[in-house]
Amino acid sequence: MAGPEIKAPAFREYPTIPKLQPASMAGIKSYVASEKIQEAIGFPAKLDENWQVTHDKAIAKMGELLGKYRGLKVFMDSCVHCGACTDKCHYFIGTGDPKNMPVARQELMRSVYRRYFTLPGKLFPRLVGARDLTKDVLDEWFTYYWQCSECRRCSVFCPYGIDTAEVTMAGREILDSVGYGQKYSNEIIGKVHKIGNNLGLPGPALENTLEGLEEDVKEETGADVKYPLDVHGAEVLLVTPSADFFAEPHIESLIGYGKVFHAAGISWTLSTKASEAGNFGMFIGNYDQLRKIAMRIREAALELGVKRIVVGECGHAWRAAYAFWNTLTGIGAGANDPFSIELQKQLDPNYKQPSHICEVTWDLIRQGRLKFDKSANDHRIITFHDSCNVARASRMGDYPGGQFDIPRNIVKAVANNFVEMDVATVRERTFCCGGGGGGSTSMASISWRRFVRSAKRSFPRFCPITVSTCAWSVVCIN
Amino acid sequence: MTAASYFFAILFYAATALFVVGLIYKIADFARTPAPLLIPTTPAPMTTGGVVFRMFREVALFESLFKSNLWIWAFGWMFHMGLFLVLARHLRYFTEPVWFWVELIQPFGLYGGFAMAAGLGGLWARRFLLERIRYISTPSDHLMLALLLGIAVTGLSMKFLMHTDIVLVKTFFLGLMRFELQPLPQHPGLYLHLALVAILMIIFPISKLLHAPGIFFSPTRNQADNPREARHVAPWAAELDSK
Repeated sequence: MAGPEIKAPAFREYPTIPKLQPASMAGIKSYVASEKIQEAIGFPAKLDENWQVTHDKAIAKMGELLGKYRGLKVFMDSCVHCGACTDKCHYFIGTGDPKNMPVARQELMRSVYRRYFTLPGKLFPRLVGARDLTKDVLDEWFTYYWQCSECRRCSVFCPYGIDTAEVTMAGREILDSVGYGQKYSNEIIGKVHKIGNNLGLPGPALENTLEGLEEDVKEETGADVKYPLDVHGAEVLLVTPSADFFAEPHIESLIGYGKVFHAAGISWTLSTKASEAGNFGMFIGNYDQLRKIAMRIREAALELGVKRIVVGECGHAWRAAYAFWNTLTGIGAGANDPFSIELQKQLDPNYKQPSHICEVTWDLIRQGRLKFDKSANDHRIITFHDSCNVARASRMGDYPGGQFDIPRNIVKAVANNFVEMDVATVRERTFCCGGGGGGSTSMASISWRRFVRSAKRSFPRFCPITVSTCAWSVVCIN
Repeated sequence: MTAASYFFAILFYAATALFVVGLIYKIADFARTPAPLLIPTTPAPMTTGGVVFRMFREVALFESLFKSNLWIWAFGWMFHMGLFLVLARHLRYFTEPVWFWVELIQPFGLYGGFAMAAGLGGLWARRFLLERIRYISTPSDHLMLALLLGIAVTGLSMKFLMHTDIVLVKTFFLGLMRFELQPLPQHPGLYLHLALVAILMIIFPISKLLHAPGIFFSPTRNQADNPREARHVAPWAAELDSK
């Protein structure tokens, strides 16, 4: 089904809210996971041929999630349809499809919630906008819950803090539980378990890549920078998105991490087992997968006996690491249960566990252990794009908002020409790049457009470089 | 004693019971449901004191809404603060002697009545005029606004257009509180006002009005941002650790 033509938002001095274009995105659907992919990670292979069975399973799963997650329950009950979120989602701004307005995306599920779990919905469905769960509704869930990048921009603006990402996750979890998975995410989860990272790079390939890097860096700088793998007794275990191992320009990040550790004289290692910071278990809202994927890091840390765990640049990965690892795996501090103490007594309490690579770098800069020739960057004008999940779902440093300051401080420490983007597109208001959350749509880059606008005023001829703390943002913005 | 007196006595006992029991049930349900992961929308306060301050700003000033949309904020805040003043003003019908501070705010309560009606009018107009809001509005959204506006207009009309015997109204409600039935003045405006209020109380625990208790339980607003400093585990998730 092809809806109206999708156009990128017009380039305007002052952006306007688009007109509604119903169903413009109804035809854009993620690939459905094959039976093999589904079964590999323990989900039902496909939808039951008897609709009633699928229907009952989905409603039962919804009931289970409502009992397990307070957020979901409160969010289902609390929305008043005020409209505050309607113009906040990049998917809506970019496409005009009303079902991409956060409230309408939630309403896809809330309408079903009302029908089966509330009295008014059972008695007067049309009055309160409740509807039965049908195959069409389930298809609609699949289409539109995979058009959300779980970036949480809407949750900043909701007067009750309703977070569409939580609803999206629940929707995907219900879909998986009835055998209606998304190919991209579920295939990747299979690879993580089988090989150790999202891209499916086996140990020997990693080793080879890292050796090649050492040679390249030696050639370029003359320094013996090491990129170690599976080194027992190293101080730092670095966990980074696997794109850093081979994709351009991500590999520059990995080269940079190595240079930082080299210059600071910190012994570090990567791990074959934990060669992936990304956690697609979060994207599909499945607690077991979220935990299982995170456990690889705990196991690698215990095996290698490291004192610190540092995470490379990836927005959603940093959320999983920062906000969830302590809960899921005990990577953190302050626990009093044997499971967590086993790991926490090994980790160095003088450092935040886990630390973001930017926290590590900024600490070293402050201590004067890294030196830069700022003028080498004088031909560049640099801005910073706040990655969604770093900005709105985590923190860096030891005060709220450190996640905004630390990366900017680093940029300013290495370059002279830093410019800020439009105030409505930075810090917690930042627009999502469109790449994360398991959809990898790279459709928006709205903040980029706004940046171009504001930068054009300041710099008639410029060559901007955008710095970001997220592998996906780098892809999308490029 | 009129039939209406009996009717409203029974109605208000029933409405109060449904309101209290329903609300306690929902609040207990929110409180009982675990929040297994820390999901505050950051930047978020790192301490409980900070969370209390954030919640106060959300509830008293509608901070997030202010960031979001000034029109919705202005109308919504006007309505809610007006309603708050009106409710406080109405305490004089349920207390004898009337508390000092309730005496003090009587005139402000009247302004509150107008603010309430104006705010509701603005919010309702948006549901018709703006394409996006029209799209997400259900019939119940319109009815809810009609109900609240009806309460405001009938209330104001009894003050400014067709007076009722307010002393008798107070006697009626004080009587209800002491389980002694007293006559209610015969007044169509009053009947309508009271009926609408009773409906509001009855639907409160089963409608979107649950946003009022809901916000206090919203994990994106009521959690402290301290995942690296303290381990946060829900009971059902803790069981996984020992496997």
